Amino acid sequence: MKLAVCIYEGPYNHEASDSAYHFIKAAIDKGHEIRGIFFYHDGVYNVTKLMEPPQDDRHIANRWSELGATGIDIVVCIAAAKRRGIVDDVLVDNVRISGLGQLTMMAIEADRMVTFGD
Amino acid sequence: MSDDIKKIMFTVRNAPHGTIYVYEGLEVKLIMAAYDADISVVFMDDGVYALKQGQNTDELGIKGFEKTYGVFVDYEIENVFVDKQSMEDRGMTADDLLVIGEDEDTEAPIKPKVVDASEIAAMMAEQHNIMSF
Amino acid sequence: MLHTVNKSPFQNSTLESCQRFINKGDVLLLIEDGVYGAVAGSVKSAIVEGAIKSGTEVYALSSDLKARAITNLIDGVQITDYAGFVDFVEKHKTHSWL
Repeated sequence: MKLAVCIYEGPYNHEASDSAYHFIKAAIDKGHEIRGIFFYHDGVYNVTKLMEPPQDDRHIANRWSELGATGIDIVVCIAAAKRRGIVDDVLVDNVRISGLGQLTMMAIEADRMVTFGD
Repeated sequence: MSDDIKKIMFTVRNAPHGTIYVYEGLEVKLIMAAYDADISVVFMDDGVYALKQGQNTDELGIKGFEKTYGVFVDYEIENVFVDKQSMEDRGMTADDLLVIGEDEDTEAPIKPKVVDASEIAAMMAEQHNIMSF
Repeated sequence: MLHTVNKSPFQNSTLESCQRFINKGDVLLLIEDGVYGAVAGSVKSAIVEGAIKSGTEVYALSSDLKARAITNLIDGVQITDYAGFVDFVEKHKTHSWL
């Protein structure tokens, strides 16, 4: 089944990003296709390479980048990103900035959409 | 062909202005309206406050959105619903609701439709996807 | 439908409010701080007890329960994991009560 996941909150501050990650890993393990991951609202902060968490903590941006490297389309909303100072230069690899049209296509094309936020 | 058009529902459950969720959620609706999707918007819980007419954000120095809601119908976002109990719980009546457009022929103002939770639950069950905005 | 709730019932009325929109055969999954709604013997226990009584299947996410040291669950609340969460999503359309 094709699944799409939306994430609305920033990393570390809120559990949403972790919940989404664990959900996506479990979905992949079960053989589902991840049609796309979309970051909106403060969620856009999840994929900045400027973050530098302590060594003994999870690196949230790298975790998303690794998922992106497997071919999953990870999209950061351009309007939400620009508003918050997130631009191409600060993004981790395997993630792209694009418009809300991408979210629309995910909502239409995915069999299920699951949202994690506050 | 029309069978292929997906039903997408937006649920608005946050109050306006205290957080950006309602404002940025509105941006999604306006974009999605341009695509081939059968959109509906449901305001429930504190989301009903977003529909209160007479909002003035000038002194906050932030962009309001009552005017944008006022052209929902022009954007072909016509299926706009309010949960009756959420509204009543907050001391609001249908008279408090802002206008989302006007009738093409009569120019009569169009307001969101007040519906029961059971009607909303039935609509939810028919959707292709539901987005919390 | 699958309904996910991620708020403590002590923080806001999401858990209470979503009950009005649950149809027969729907599943309610408590995640994140939502799992506090599954705790037995609190002044908010009646919400989930009522949902179970009216036939809603109520689940709580095991990793969120463990992280919060919650062991005393309301009778009838079932425990699931992320694999179970994915299965619910496969079976049902989902609404996240954010």
